[in-house]
Amino acid sequence: MDEVDRALIVATQGGLPLVARPYEMIAGKVGISETDVMTRLKGLLDSGMIRRIGAVPNHYAIGWTANGMTVWDVADEQVDRLGAVVGALSFVTHCYRRPRALPAWPYNLFAMVHGSSREECSAKAEEIRLLLGDACRSNDILYSTKILKKTGLRIGG
Amino acid sequence: MPELDAVDRQIIDKLQGEFPICERPYAEVAARLGITEDDLLMRLERLLADKVLTRFGPMFQIERMGGAFVLAALAAPEARYEEVTALVNALPQVAHNYRREHQLNMWFVLATETQDGIGAAIARIEADTGLPVYAFPKEREFFVEMKLEARV
Repeated sequence: MDEVDRALIVATQGGLPLVARPYEMIAGKVGISETDVMTRLKGLLDSGMIRRIGAVPNHYAIGWTANGMTVWDVADEQVDRLGAVVGALSFVTHCYRRPRALPAWPYNLFAMVHGSSREECSAKAEEIRLLLGDACRSNDILYSTKILKKTGLRIGG
Repeated sequence: MPELDAVDRQIIDKLQGEFPICERPYAEVAARLGITEDDLLMRLERLLADKVLTRFGPMFQIERMGGAFVLAALAAPEARYEEVTALVNALPQVAHNYRREHQLNMWFVLATETQDGIGAAIARIEADTGLPVYAFPKEREFFVEMKLEARV
């Protein structure tokens, strides 16, 4: 990433302009041509520096009113294999292995599930529990009750 | 919550990725949806203003550029919840923040341009709030595909 890429991030991290030619408007801000903006954005997408370009919905507003962070204490020697299995479930939107913070936090596998109700989330958590079987020592589900902030990345201009 | 019509739902469902990179990207998407470019732009403006969409644009993987995303949590006393929220949210490094039902009742994602930025942000939050911050950096990513269709 060079200085121009960085300037592109600063110019677009708040969102794409809602005008007919958004890349031309960004070009004006960054001081390069519209073609260069498009070429660089394609490059950033290809290299994975941009995960995707599109809309980020507020889950609550589109009917996914329950969101549960399911967390699991899975035996270390099995967590990578089982994490891949849990991550492959169609209803899991994020799945990560993370460090425990003992004694406060015994869980090392995190999987986000969403639903229209807590019952729907807990049914999904139950499916995960069955998959993990004896490898899981304990688990919990943390429901979100409020979005306190959701701006995304903000690097300094 | 604002009412969504069938076109709004189409926009939400079809526009969560693969937004085109071309001179008139909105015109291209609008044609696919069977609406006009102006209609699409007006609807996106309204969906953003109504907070049905929280943003519209590229999602950056700061890790691929030398930066870091780290999930962190703290236990805010109920009586101080609003004050602690304001202190945490004040940092531009805090990209998302959710209240969750648990002893650790505030869960936020730090996004920084450098690896060192994470430690600095955590130290700042601990100093500002007087509360210990637990960091849960991802050690392995098994899956991430945050696309949910509109259900309303």
